[in-house]
Amino acid sequence: MTGARLTVVRAGALTTPQDLGRPGHAHLGVPAAGALDPPAHRAANRLVGNPPDAATLETTVTGCALRADREVVVAVTGAPCPVRVDGRPAAWGEPVRLPAGAVLEAGPATHGVRSYVAFAGGVAVPRVLGSRSADLLSGLGPAPLRDGDVLPLGEPSRAAARPERVPLPGPPEELVLPLLPGPRADWFAPAALRVLATGDYRVSSASNRIGLRTEGPALPRAREGELPSEGMALGALQVPPHGRPILFLADHPTTGGYPVIGVVPESSLPPAAQAVPGTPVRFVPLGGP
Amino acid sequence: MTTLLPAEAATQPSGGRMRMLPVGDNGLLVELPDGAAVEALYAELLRRTGRSATPPSDGHDGGLHAVPAVREIVPAARTILLTGLDRPASFAAELATWRIPPRGPSTRRVVELPIRYDGPDLAAVAARWGVTEREVAREHAATEFRVAFCGFAPGFGYLTGLPEHRHVPRREVPRTSVPSGSVGLAGPYTGVYPRSSPGGWQVIGTTDAALWDPAREPAALLTPGTTVRFVPEGGR
Repeated sequence: MTGARLTVVRAGALTTPQDLGRPGHAHLGVPAAGALDPPAHRAANRLVGNPPDAATLETTVTGCALRADREVVVAVTGAPCPVRVDGRPAAWGEPVRLPAGAVLEAGPATHGVRSYVAFAGGVAVPRVLGSRSADLLSGLGPAPLRDGDVLPLGEPSRAAARPERVPLPGPPEELVLPLLPGPRADWFAPAALRVLATGDYRVSSASNRIGLRTEGPALPRAREGELPSEGMALGALQVPPHGRPILFLADHPTTGGYPVIGVVPESSLPPAAQAVPGTPVRFVPLGGP
Repeated sequence: MTTLLPAEAATQPSGGRMRMLPVGDNGLLVELPDGAAVEALYAELLRRTGRSATPPSDGHDGGLHAVPAVREIVPAARTILLTGLDRPASFAAELATWRIPPRGPSTRRVVELPIRYDGPDLAAVAARWGVTEREVAREHAATEFRVAFCGFAPGFGYLTGLPEHRHVPRREVPRTSVPSGSVGLAGPYTGVYPRSSPGGWQVIGTTDAALWDPAREPAALLTPGTTVRFVPEGGR
């Protein structure tokens, strides 16, 4: 069973190995990376009997296709998409048996952005600083998949696959982002939080794993200039000089000089991984802690 | 447990006070008066979280109970970000009672970086300093730098040590690509590009040192607190 491999038949627009990331190295300038939609990543792993930190493949909009050289149980979660095994329809969100030599196709997302493809045993690319995640900001970890790449598969655990249906939330029609003000809310005019709460914001097509960019009204500043570089947290809503906020996601830079008006709690970030460009964004400022 | 009296809480060695800013539901941004205070608190945080070989400064009880589980500790120019705290507000209150020893002399490892002073902005920096290019090289190589903090890219350290009258602004037009190993100046800092990337620092030289190697432990050659000297190749 050792030495099993996956061959990339169709890499898709952007498909990367992701696990739970490499937190703990931000002081060295290393982003955490990791699956952008952790609940979907964990669900995919559960369905094939993997521990939560096994690496899955995170697709972007157009899906991917792979061939395994031995029989392996697979599951596709996250953005709903047509799943096929050698061209025949198979279940999304359930364990699927992929025979040796057969091609698994995760098709283009019908809605949402990122699907997660788990293989029993996990994608066993080498770990860098404890993680198999691709980090697209700094280039750590594996490169995005290309057609023809061959990836090692890990040994399936003895744990049986868990075939029960897992409740998987669909991609958001509207992206609702609760926001805890600070640390630099005082760099903005008093009206800024109201503009944020009531403005017509939409997800920009320039969004990526580093940040979800928005289109909408600019937030008025009370102070001009830049801060000396300071640490940036996951979920930080950073406001560059153009005034339109950027929500920092897994591959965000660890430090930055633009003020952060508020922070979206981590538990509210997974839907941001699935919001397609044009999705309305509603910020909901919460009382200060 | 830490049992410092409130009277001690007001005494920060730098003479300044900490300002605690909320960062979401599990983070805390500690703002300090200057870079030396950042380095002092960062060293104390490492000691109290057991991330440093040096025992905690207050001696009694190890002090380790004073720091709850934390995911990241990110020092920067004037701040330290902590994330992954269960109760950031109560930790902020706790932190305000700490007595933090001043930044000590450099006891950590010293890294020597070979350098060739051959950068495209050497002449511009010499003009700003009002000295010859040779004198820029001599003065830069005679400076003992410290890694104040890291960021921008894995392996990139912000090195302090140049006196204020030697600080230079960033280039007005950043370069789209600065080669790996470029040694640049910006504001109070010197830095080395660990890999080729866009950048606006004034590049005065080149080093062949491997700033970042994921196969090495630690992967980063320059970690916060490290002492750094630039050693001209060929003895100039």
